[in-house]
Formats: sequence, C-alpha cells, structure tokens
Amino acid sequence: MTRTNNVEQLQAIARTIRRHIIEMIAEAKSGHPGGSLSAVELLVTLYFDVMRHDPAQPHWAGRDRFLLSKGHAAPVLYSIMAEAGYTPVDQLNTLRKLGSIYQGHPDRRFIPALEASTGSLGEGISLAIGMGLAAKLDGSDSRTYVMVGDGEIQEGQIWESAMFAGYHKVDNIVAIVDYNRIQLDGFVKDIMDVEPIAAKWLSFNWNVIELDGHDIPAIQKAFHDAAQTKGKPTVLIAHTIKGKGVSFMENNPKFHGVAPTAAERDAALKEIG
Amino acid sequence: MAQKTKIELKMGVATREAFGQELLELGRENKDVVVCDADLSKSTMTAYFAKEFPERFFECGIAEANMVGIGAGLASAGKIAFVSSFSCFVLNKGFEQLRVGVAYPHTNLKIVGTHSGISIGEDGPSQMSVEDISLACSLPGLIVLAPADEVCTRKLVRLAAGHAGPVFIRTGRPKVPIIYNGDQTFEIGKAVEVLEGSDVTIMANGLLVAEAVKAAELLDAEGVSARVLDLFSVKPLDREAIARAARETGAIVVAEEHLVDSGLGVRVAQAVAESCPCPMEFIGLETYAESGSPDGLLDKYGLRAANLVDAARKVISRKRA
Ligand SMILES: Cc1ncc(C[n+]2csc(CCOP(=O)(O)OP(=O)(O)O)c2C)c(N)n1
Ligand SMILES: [Mg+2]
Repeated sequence: MTRTNNVEQLQAIARTIRRHIIEMIAEAKSGHPGGSLSAVELLVTLYFDVMRHDPAQPHWAGRDRFLLSKGHAAPVLYSIMAEAGYTPVDQLNTLRKLGSIYQGHPDRRFIPALEASTGSLGEGISLAIGMGLAAKLDGSDSRTYVMVGDGEIQEGQIWESAMFAGYHKVDNIVAIVDYNRIQLDGFVKDIMDVEPIAAKWLSFNWNVIELDGHDIPAIQKAFHDAAQTKGKPTVLIAHTIKGKGVSFMENNPKFHGVAPTAAERDAALKEIG
Repeated sequence: MAQKTKIELKMGVATREAFGQELLELGRENKDVVVCDADLSKSTMTAYFAKEFPERFFECGIAEANMVGIGAGLASAGKIAFVSSFSCFVLNKGFEQLRVGVAYPHTNLKIVGTHSGISIGEDGPSQMSVEDISLACSLPGLIVLAPADEVCTRKLVRLAAGHAGPVFIRTGRPKVPIIYNGDQTFEIGKAVEVLEGSDVTIMANGLLVAEAVKAAELLDAEGVSARVLDLFSVKPLDREAIARAARETGAIVVAEEHLVDSGLGVRVAQAVAESCPCPMEFIGLETYAESGSPDGLLDKYGLRAANLVDAARKVISRKRA
C-alpha cells in the first residue's frame, strides 16, 4: 500500500477514488454518489497518510480503526479499501449485485476487515467510543475515527454518544462530520438545521476543529492536532461540497441517492480526469 | 357466488405509492389529518401530502424515535396522526416510544412503514425490515396490517384513520400485482379468501399473496385445489377463517416476506394448534439477506410461487401419511 504525506500524491489518489465512485455507482444503477464524493479527501488522507493500519493484517490488534457511520457512502470506503489493498479493485463494479462483497451498505459478513456494519444512521459514534474504551483498557495507543453525516447528527443517539465521550474524556476517538449541507429530502437547513454546529459540540466538551474538508493540508493538520489533544474527544467539522468534483452533482440534492446515467458517468469521468 | 379459482394478475403501483396517494385524499377530506416523516418523504410518498398541506406536515429529520413521540403527542391532542419512515427505522428506532408512548396508553397513532422485507433490493439488510411484524405484534393493542396490493392499501389507510387506537401498516417498495377489484371490502381481523380450494390452504400477506395466487394456478394444473387466504390483518388474526381452512383443507402453507420464526407463520400456527391441528409448512426468511435486485433476492431466498408449490406438495404428503 502507498503511504504518503505528499499532497499531490494524495490528490492523485483522490482522483482515482472519485473515478471508482462514479463508475461503480453507474454500473450498479443505484447508490449514493453525493455523500461519497464529499468524503473523498478526508478518507484518502486518513487511510493513506494518517491511520496506522496494515491491509495484510486487517485484524492486527494495535491498528487504528475507521467506521463509516453514514454507511450509505459505502462506495468511497470500498474504493479506498480496495486501493489500499484490503479487497479486489477489479470487483468494485459488482457493487450492489447479488453475491458481491461490495454490499449496498458496509457489511462485515462480506468484508471482515470492516470495523462495523452500518446503514442505520446514528450509531457509529457509540461504537467508536466502545473501541476507544477498549483500547484504553488494553493500554493500546490505537485511535478510532468515525465519520457521520450532517443529516445523521439529527439522531438522538449521536448526542447521547457525544455527551458520554465528552464527560468520560474519550480522547482517542475522532468524529468527522461531513458537513455537506444536504441530506435525503433536501438541504439540512430546510429540514432541521443543525446550526450552531460547533457550539453544540463545544458545549458537550469536545475539542472542535472546523476545516475545509477538501483541503488536504488542512485535513492533515486537523488530524495531527486531534492526536495532540488530551482529555477531550475531537470532532472535525469538515465543510464539504456534496457531489464534489462533478459540477452537475455539486450541491445538488438530487444526487444524494441517484446513480448517474451512462452519459452522466462519461461526463463526470471526463471532468474528474 | 361463482367459484373463485383464478385471478389474472396485472401489475399495479407499489403499496407505498398507494399509501401516499390515499393519505393525500384523507388530508383533503379531513383537516385533522397530520403527518410526520423522518427525511424519507420522497420514498415513503408522504411528499404528496407534504406538498399540498405543508402546515399539517412535520418533517422530523433523521430522528425516528422523536418522530414517534411527536406523533403520539399529536394523536393524544386529538389529531389523526400518521408517522412514516422505512419500516425498519420507524419500528426499530421508535420501538420504546411505540411501547410506552403508544401501545401501553393505547394512543390513536397510525404508523406506516414502507420498504418492508427484502424486496427493497440493492440497499441491503440495514434498510430491510424483516423483524417489523414480530416487533409490532409484540405490542398489546396495536393493530398490524400488511396489504398485498394498491386496492387493499388504500382501504386499509382509510380503515386505520377511522379506527380508534394504534395501527401499524406495512408497505413495500416495488410495484406489485393487483389482487383485488375496487369494490372489495376489508375489515380489521377478517381474512379475505382470494381463491377457493379444498386440498391445501396457502396463507400469505404482502407480496406473497400474488405468489400464492400463481402457486395455486400451478397446483391446479397438477390437479391440486389450493385455497388462498390473504391474512393482511396479522393482528388481530382471523382465527375463524384459519380454523375453517385447517378443518376443510387439512393442510396449510404460510408464506411471508419476514423472518420465518417470528412473523405471521408462528401466529397462524398458534391459532391452528388451538383449533384444529393439521400439518403446516412455513415459507419465510431464515436470516438477514443481502444486496441484489429485488427479483434476484426473492428467487435466492425462496419467496416464489415455485417454493410455495413445493411446500404445498410436501404438506399434502404429510397429511396423507
Ligand atoms: C436511521 C436511518 N434513518 C433514515 C435513513 C435513510 N437515509 C439514508 S441516507 C439519509 C440522509 C443522510 O444525510 P447525511 O447524513 O447528511 O449524509 P450525506 O449528506 O453525507 O450523504 C437518510 C435519511 C437511514 N439510513 N437510517
Ligand atoms: Mg449531508
């Protein structure tokens, strides 16, 4: 697996991941492009630079862990895990088909290297806390990362977990809010606004870092600062663009859960380059 | 009445679509009808109601437990309140609120789950509701309905609105064949005899009713006369129709798009055991399914007419043994 902190190399990987996302969802004729594309830089930086992990030993006890709580963005995770060497790249286009390991939402029965089976929103931070607590019990410096959607944080369980992690100082976990401002039925502000978002996490005793979720150096710095922060869990409020990288998908609620047509796929791939 | 032994199946709309349309009609007729959804209104089809009656529609965001609680509050204050999401989310996330806020105080809330069963297809098990009948039936006083087609769905949405007490309606994502004429009547607690028959009874609900109709036709070609009962009313069950079928046909197959060890089948088995025990076979899901096309999944997980035919042959052979 490539490991690099070189920004250009990470950007090149991000382009490859975007191509996979478009191709696999177009081939499946269903899936969630918008929230996959918004998370690309964050997760590429995590997997190829920040996290301590080894695709050859997916169950190594000392590994850092990543959980995709917003499980509908599975295509971004699958593409990255495949490029990292966990799973076959040449099967990505079997996404969502009967028998494929690339299930519609992350499914540990099919890919044991996944840290969680997700798809029902709201549950990931609790799981991450459990993993963080276990690492502390084991005297391990393993860290756990969990990504949630901005719509997802409307779930009550998110705030139960936020209160627990703040109170119990679970400082070996990092939550990443993919703040792309769109959920399923439309814009977050029109459905149930989550603002003031930073103030909410602050008041739950989290270390809050706001950043541009497509700016790789900013992402590297945020994860670095999170690792230095003791006594508090960290949340990255990552300002992102849903559908990022494909102009007609960007900031377009339609592409939350609609696959590109063949023509749209070709246009998208051309744009991504 | 002429013998009903055959139905020409024509494709209709999805039961969730029929729900959305009928809910809009109800809203036009009665300004006390209010609706809550949890960021899925374009999928549950409450969007039709939301568009015409924005002041009576409450978008709760991705927060199903809160939505059930709000719905219970609206109902307690005299509204005819519907809450809707995918079945798995409204029932699983909202279960405690359904228990203490709805079932226990017998609150007049209407819960409509969509995308039930495995026929949602590609999204996979996290969105597939295969425990909802079990969960819903476990709650005392909750009426549990699972319509097979658009005609039945429309009438059940109306029945639910007029019923004083909590009701859960289970609907599905894909288009399904039409079973009923528009003049068919439905009653809570009463099964519908879809086809007459004397050798075996196939009892089903939801999209398995159409499969049962196809199975009956296949069995007819083998000289087997299969009765088909639509048990859209899972709770209360039509214990009389079940006992009659057990007595008159002496063999029963129950088929459902739900976990087989906790759904319709075990409830029917109880009713049969208490009235007129006879051989029974059960068609349903053994465990969580996976992603795939709806048709591919129904084939792979054995929820097809051919599976019902096999089960019918088997249960008839047990009767003769
Ligand atoms: C508990 C639950 N309720 C509803 C859904 C259906 N659903 C899937 S994605 C989605 C919207 C998610 O929006 P957001 O969290 O903002 O994700 P993103 O924008 O990153 O795609 C919804 C409502 C679900 N998966 N889980
Ligand atoms: Mg979002």
